[in-house]
Amino acid sequence: MSKLPKSDEYFSKIKHDKTSGAEWMDTPTVIREGMFCYAAKPASVETLGLPFPREWNPLHEDWKLPENWKEIIHKGFRDRLERFRSFKVFMDICVRCGACSDKCHFFIGTGDPKNMPVVRAELLRSVYRNDFTKVGKILGKLGGARELTLDVLKEWWYYMFQCTECRRCSVFCPYGIDTAEITMMGRELLNLLGLNIDWIATPVSNCYKTGNHMGIQPHAFKDMLDFFVDEIEEVTGVLVEPQFNKKGADILFITPSGDVFGDPGTYTCMGYMILLHYLKVKYGLNITWSTYASEGGNFGLFTSNEVMKRLNAKMYAEAKRLGVKWILGGECGHMWRVINQYMGTMNGPADFLEEPVNPITGTKFENAKSTKMVHIVEFTADLIKHGKLDLDPARNDHLKVTFHDSCNPARGMGMLDEPRYVIKNVCNNFYEMPRNCIREQTFCCGSGSGLNASEDMELRLAGGLPRANAVKYVHDKHGVNMMACICAIDRAVFPPLMEYWVPEVDVTGLHEMVANALIIPGEKEKTVDLRGEDILDKEKVGTDEFYTRPSFSGR
Amino acid sequence: MSTKYMYSLIAVIVLVLLAYVGVEAAGLQIFFGVVIPYLAIITFVGGFIYRVMEWSRSPVPFRIPTTCGQQKSLPWIKHDKVDNPFTAVGVVIRMFLEILFFRSLFRNTKCELSEGGKISYRWEKWLWLFSLAFHWSFLVVLIRHLRFFLEPVPASLQFLEKIDGFVQVGLPGLFLSGAVLLVAAVFLFLRRVYIPQVRYISLAADFFPLFLIISVALSGILMRYFAKVDIVGAKELTMGLATFHPTIPEGIGGIFYVHVFLVSVLLAYFPFSKLMHLGGVFLSPTRNLPNNTRAYRHINPWNPPVKVHTYQEYEDDFRERMIEAGLPVEKEL
Repeated sequence: MSKLPKSDEYFSKIKHDKTSGAEWMDTPTVIREGMFCYAAKPASVETLGLPFPREWNPLHEDWKLPENWKEIIHKGFRDRLERFRSFKVFMDICVRCGACSDKCHFFIGTGDPKNMPVVRAELLRSVYRNDFTKVGKILGKLGGARELTLDVLKEWWYYMFQCTECRRCSVFCPYGIDTAEITMMGRELLNLLGLNIDWIATPVSNCYKTGNHMGIQPHAFKDMLDFFVDEIEEVTGVLVEPQFNKKGADILFITPSGDVFGDPGTYTCMGYMILLHYLKVKYGLNITWSTYASEGGNFGLFTSNEVMKRLNAKMYAEAKRLGVKWILGGECGHMWRVINQYMGTMNGPADFLEEPVNPITGTKFENAKSTKMVHIVEFTADLIKHGKLDLDPARNDHLKVTFHDSCNPARGMGMLDEPRYVIKNVCNNFYEMPRNCIREQTFCCGSGSGLNASEDMELRLAGGLPRANAVKYVHDKHGVNMMACICAIDRAVFPPLMEYWVPEVDVTGLHEMVANALIIPGEKEKTVDLRGEDILDKEKVGTDEFYTRPSFSGR
Repeated sequence: MSTKYMYSLIAVIVLVLLAYVGVEAAGLQIFFGVVIPYLAIITFVGGFIYRVMEWSRSPVPFRIPTTCGQQKSLPWIKHDKVDNPFTAVGVVIRMFLEILFFRSLFRNTKCELSEGGKISYRWEKWLWLFSLAFHWSFLVVLIRHLRFFLEPVPASLQFLEKIDGFVQVGLPGLFLSGAVLLVAAVFLFLRRVYIPQVRYISLAADFFPLFLIISVALSGILMRYFAKVDIVGAKELTMGLATFHPTIPEGIGGIFYVHVFLVSVLLAYFPFSKLMHLGGVFLSPTRNLPNNTRAYRHINPWNPPVKVHTYQEYEDDFRERMIEAGLPVEKEL
């Protein structure tokens, strides 16, 4: 990161009209340090028996491809055209109207014209036209077709891993062409040649073997949560007792392991533990964690649909083994894309589980009656609505909060108002970012879909610019000092991003704020929050006389 | 000068000359007035059906709508039934708005970086407005042309013509649809030339249909308002085509055949080009499916069997340490 210029200097160098002159097909792609992630280590590729594990380096001329790599790609391409209508239709119907061109955070932040979603798709389409359409074959370059060469393959790799599958462009496309779908297909093809990145391959391998991306083994997982037990006791005076792998529990709770592992996600994890404890002592609700299904996230989504299915299978398997009624899922972005749009299809039907009902409020989660997995924000919103949580939002008065809609809950699910409802009930100062940057038009953190490594920091900071810029806007205007989010990758990647673009703003999960506001039976008088920050020091923020608490009206 | 649009422009000019010279000099009226139109129609219908069938042959393994509004969840949270449909009715309304009014394009914004480190997003309505004008006027023009294939001309068509010609300028009266079509097509061409990002992504295949449509409109306008082609003869020919008794009346004039030829090329080109977005938009899985997979299971016809790492294998790997840590196990040591 030290090599990067100051943020305002970086900003002033971004140009969106670098496109004059040569056409994109004639512009060679140069793989540049800071903009890509390291190659997958062979051991991680081997774990799942994926093809062609080997040492290779994207910067080297020779990628050590198998001899018949063109044939593999051609067959893989055809196979996917036959299996995915989305892919086939999206290859054919784009009119290149350009509506998507400036919707991508990577284009906005880098100005690289090949990061326009339409060009990202054209990288594949050009080969599709050449290999699978007669017109393309006859007209050649004039028809927008080109042959698959080593340079084209490298270009694919570079730009398929400069897309976070956030789907923002898809919102604006008049045909709903979804670049996430294109990128997923592109990555599946690259994986046929062993061309994954390590930041995806190793979490996938870990998750397969140990149950979570971080590779935390069962005893260590328990240790880490035990450590949080001590932390919680220190702050609240209450001893929480999480249960693990408990047969006959009512509900299985699964959340991304990232929150067990790194700050500030750890505070969100403590938040879950406090809430689950509260529900146990107050209402006798019996919720268990699992060390086997200890990962909510699914980097298989960024590898191939088969790998996604292999990792996701653990959730139902564990729920069945433990004999729980239904599954509760923590705050995570792509995890919920998988659960909402893939899980039931891939690993269902979950007929060994019950249709989820909140035993405390009696609410039936009708929208989850088949997949039988409820989002914890839906769950908490329901509890709050029924007055089942004792909350003192003033305990979050030292925070001025804005909310970042994570891409997948927003555009792959539509969970927009539940988190806002929760926030408005656990804190008194909430400010929305401008309309074109939130809800279904929200901007990605710039590090999703497995790109949250450290070697691609420039790419991440550039891609995170549009989000950070909107945060800066509410910081300047309202003094916002905290951004809430419901995604573990967000919590992991935003701190460096904020430090670069808006250092005054910190990052929190929703359930950290819930736990801080929650009045736990038997708690001591609280003076600090979970982070050990003084909650009584209102001076730090100051009151905003123009501010009135927004009322919640659905939309 | 970009080669991409020069090639397309030259191609269209060649097509125009081909038809004009073919008829005026070589006397190929039957070829351009009967053979080509029939071939074009067959190619269009056959090609269109083929393409749609081809798409339909590929299954939809996952239900992947792009959700653009609040999901249906708790009963007291207002559900956005259209932008995040839960039922087939919601999907139909969403598709209706998408196909007839370009709902998604309506959202279009333009991103601008300004001094002082600010990024702003301005509502960009022009693309939406001109696209809408383009497609709707094209539809009206198309429907108006049914008068050449129907005898007697239905009252509804005459009514449409009356509305279309309400400005009552010139003789014969100016049809607004034709003028709007021409202006909108020219706008769509100019933005491909002048907006750097759009120029960068444009292919010859984007310019060719635009030039073709512009030429169709121009030749039509030329015929109706300036050359004043023998309209009775023209209708005799088109009715002949429609009733499968093709005839070639005398003295219709080359420009008519140019017009018919360009339309024929457009029809024949249609199924093999991006113009198929007309069919594809109905099949887009991010728009034509409800977001209800958590409530109703979607079936993937090729759902692959996969190898998973079972709990038993996992416990075998870690049993000792699990017991040490006090975690319950299925099988003791």
